[in-house]
Amino acid sequence: MSQADLTMEGHPAAAPMSGPIFSIPSKKFAMWLFIIADTMTFSACLFAYGFLRNGAPNWPRPFHSITNVAIMTFILLTSSLTMLIGVRASRAGDKPKAFLWIMVTAVLGIVFALLHIREWMGLIGEGMTMFKNPWGTGLFGSAFFSITGLHLTHVVSGVIALLAVGLRYRTGRYNADDIEVVGLYWHFVDLVWMFVVPLVYLLNLNH
Amino acid sequence: MHDTSVHAAAHHGPPTTFLRKHVFSQDHKVIGKQYYALALVAAYVGMFLSWLMRIHLAWTNAAIPGLQLLSQSGAPGGVMTPELYLQLLTMHGTIMVFFVLTTAPFAAFGNYFLPIQVGAEDMPFPRFNMMSFWVTFTAFLFLMASFFVGDGPSLGGWTQYAPLNAVGSVGGPGQGSGVVLWAISIALFCVGQLLGSLNFITTTLDLRVKGMSLMRLPLTAWAWFITSCMGLTAFAVLMPACILVILDHVAGTSFFVPSGTVMNDQILPHSGGSTLLWQHLFWFFGHPEVYIAIVPGLGIVSHILLANMRRQMLSQRVLIYSMGALAILSYIVYGHHMFVSGMNPFSSLVFSFPTLVITIPSTIVVLIWTFSLYGSRLRINSASLFALGFISMFVSGGVSGFFLAQPSLDIMLHATYFVVGHFHLVMGVAAMFGIFAGTYFWFPKMAGRMMNETLGKIHFWLSFVGAYCVFMPFHYLGMAGNVRRYATFVDDFLQPLIPVHRFITIAALITGFAQLIFLFNLIYSHFRGPIASQNPWEATSLEWSTPTPVPWNNFDKHPVVYHDPYQYGVKSSVGDYVMQASPEQVETEHDEK
Ligand code: HEM
Ligand SMILES: [Cu+2]
Repeated sequence: MSQADLTMEGHPAAAPMSGPIFSIPSKKFAMWLFIIADTMTFSACLFAYGFLRNGAPNWPRPFHSITNVAIMTFILLTSSLTMLIGVRASRAGDKPKAFLWIMVTAVLGIVFALLHIREWMGLIGEGMTMFKNPWGTGLFGSAFFSITGLHLTHVVSGVIALLAVGLRYRTGRYNADDIEVVGLYWHFVDLVWMFVVPLVYLLNLNH
Repeated sequence: MHDTSVHAAAHHGPPTTFLRKHVFSQDHKVIGKQYYALALVAAYVGMFLSWLMRIHLAWTNAAIPGLQLLSQSGAPGGVMTPELYLQLLTMHGTIMVFFVLTTAPFAAFGNYFLPIQVGAEDMPFPRFNMMSFWVTFTAFLFLMASFFVGDGPSLGGWTQYAPLNAVGSVGGPGQGSGVVLWAISIALFCVGQLLGSLNFITTTLDLRVKGMSLMRLPLTAWAWFITSCMGLTAFAVLMPACILVILDHVAGTSFFVPSGTVMNDQILPHSGGSTLLWQHLFWFFGHPEVYIAIVPGLGIVSHILLANMRRQMLSQRVLIYSMGALAILSYIVYGHHMFVSGMNPFSSLVFSFPTLVITIPSTIVVLIWTFSLYGSRLRINSASLFALGFISMFVSGGVSGFFLAQPSLDIMLHATYFVVGHFHLVMGVAAMFGIFAGTYFWFPKMAGRMMNETLGKIHFWLSFVGAYCVFMPFHYLGMAGNVRRYATFVDDFLQPLIPVHRFITIAALITGFAQLIFLFNLIYSHFRGPIASQNPWEATSLEWSTPTPVPWNNFDKHPVVYHDPYQYGVKSSVGDYVMQASPEQVETEHDEK
C-alpha cells in the first residue's frame, strides 16, 4: 500500500516521493512521539507528587485494601491482552475477529472507568476533595485526583478512539495499521497505570 | 499504487476558497507566513511595552501621554504605578520569549522551509499543522485579553514564580484573572508547539526525497529537527505545570502555596504546597526553552554564512553534533536558575558542572564559524551582516554566562541587571538577529521580491550599535547592585545610576525606531520590491531549486538529491556552486556522503 493511505489526513500533498526512509509509517511514528511527550507530562505530574509528598509532614495513608485497585489493574491488563488479539487478527486480515476484540477492549476500558469513578465517589463520600480530606494534608486529594484524573481522561479518550477506529475499520475506512496505532496508545495507557498503582496506591496503603 | 500516489496531488488540486487558501490553510507555507505575521505583531507589541518601561525607569515621575488608556488605575494622570510597571514587564517577557523567539525562528521559518529543504510537498499531518497555528494564535489572544479583563495582566514576570502565581488577587492586581489567563495562554501555546514538533520530526525523518540522507540535510533542517525534539519534551512539562496553576486558582488546591503564607496582611487559606516545585517544573522547561529559541538561529546563521562565504564549513558534522549536545545538556543544567532559591547547596554544585560543560558545544560552534570565515571572501549583504551580528551578540552574551554559572558569583549577580544584560544579548538580541538574517535571506523566496539592501544595511548598523548601547551597560548596572524587576530607583543608593538608565532608554528608543525601518522595508518590498529570481543568492539547498513564488505543492517535478548541502567553491556549469538537486558531476573538495 502506498504511503498516502497511511497519513493521518489522507492529504495527498503529504505523499512522499520515494517512500519513507524509515520503515515506520508516519502515523505510527507520530504515535510514538506523542507517547514520548505524554510520558514527559505524566513524569512531571508524578515528580510533583513525589516532591510534595516528601515535603509534607502529615501525608495521609487512607487506603485499607487493594482489592478494588487490584481488580481495576486486572481489567486493564486484560484489556491490553484483548487489544493484542485484536491487532493480531487485523494483521492477519480477519476483520470480524479483530472488530470483536477491539470492542471487547473498549468495553473493558469502560468497566475500568466505571470502577474508577465508583472508587472516586467512595472517597468523596468519605469527605475527600481536591483540597481537603479527613486524614491529613489536603495535597493528597489534589495529587490523587489530578494524577488519576489525567489517567482516567486518557482511558476515556482511548475508549472513544477504539470505538471510532474500530467502527471505521469495519466499514473499511481505516486499516490494520490504524488499529495498531490505537493499540500502541492503549498499551501506553496501561503502562502508565502500572506506575500509578505503586506510587499513588500502594505507597498510601494503611497497614 | 506508488506511481498514482505521486500524482495524487493533481486529483485534489490546490484549495480554491479564500478561507481555505489564506486563513484555515493546511499548506505549510501559508502556516509559516501566518506564524511569521504573528511573531511580527507580537514583537512590535513587546517592543512598545519595553519603551514604556524604559521611559519610566529613566524619568520616573514623568507622565506618559495616553498611558491612562492602557490602564486607568495603573497610570493615574499618565504616571506609571509600580504595579503597572510589573504588568508591562510580565507581558513584555512572555510575549517576547514565547510569541516571538519561539514562533519566528522555529515555527515560522521551520514551517515554511523544512518541508522544502527535505524535498517534501508538505508535512505529514497538515491538519495538525493548521491547528498548531490557530491554537498558538488563540493563546496570544488569551494573553492579550488580560489587558482588558479584571485588574489587568499578571505582575509575576514571565517566570511566574510561586507562590505569587497561585495566591489569587490578594497578591496584587492581575494575580487573579491575569494569572489564570496567562496560564491558559501558555498551556495552549504548549499544545500548539507540541503539534508543530510532531510534524517537524516526522517530516524530517519520513518525508525526505530520494538521495537526501541525514548527513545531506542542510544545517537549518538539522537545527529545526533538534529544536523540535526539545520542543516535544519541554512543552509537555510546562503544560501540566500551567494546569496545576489553574487548579490552584479554580479548584482550591495548593500545589504552590506553602502553609501559613501571609500576604498583604492576610493568612492564606492554602496549605502544604511548595514554591520550589514550580521552579523545578518551570526551569525544566525554561532552560531547554532558551535553546529552543537559539538553536534555529544557529542553523539559520550557518546556512546564510555558507551561502555568502562560498566555501564549506570547517566541519559540518561537528556543528551538528554540537547542536545535539546543546539539546541534551540543556535538560540537566536547569538548576542554575535556582542557585539562590533555597535549593540544597549540593544541588547547586551538581548543576554548576553541566552548566560549565554546556559552554563547550557553544564555543565549538562559534569556533567553527570563526575559522570558516577566516580568509573567506564573505559577500556582504543584509543577511550576512545580521548573521555576523548574531555571532557577536551570542559571544558577548555567552561570556557573562561563565560568570553566572558559578554559584558563588551568582549569589551576587542573581536578580540584578547583569542577568538582564546576559539573557537579552545571548538569547533576545541574538535570536532576533537570527530572525532578521533569515528574513533578509529568505524574503525573496517567501514573497517573490527582493528587499531593499540599503535600508537593510542601515537597519543592521543601527540595531547592532544600538543593541550594544542598550544591553552592555546592563552588566555594569548589575555589578553596581542594581536589582531587576524594580519599577523605580530614585531614592536609594541606586540614585547615582540614573544617568546610565537615561542613556539606555535613549539608546532603546533609537534602536526601536530602527526597527520601523525594517517594518517599512518589509511592507514596501512585499509590494514594490524588484521581482526575485529563483535563486538570487546562488545557493545550493532545495528551497532554491523550486520556482519563485513556490507552487502549491512545492516542486514542479520531484527533486532527487545528488549532492551534499553546501557544495560551494567548486567548478560547475552554473558557477562556483552546485545545487543539491543538480545531477551534474563536479570535482569536490571532500568525498560526498
Ligand atoms: C527593544 C529592546 C528591548 C528593551 C529595551 C528591553 C527592556 C527590558 C527591560 C527594561 C526589562 C525589565 C528588566 C527587569 O526589571 O528585570 C526586560 C525584561 C525582559 N525582556 Fe526585554 N527588552 C528588549 C528586547 C527584548 C527581546 C528581543 C526579548 C526576547 C527574548 C526580551 C526578553 C525579555 C525577558 C524574557 C525579560 C524578563 C521578563 C521577566 O523578568 O519576566 N526583551 N526587557
Ligand atoms: Cu538556563
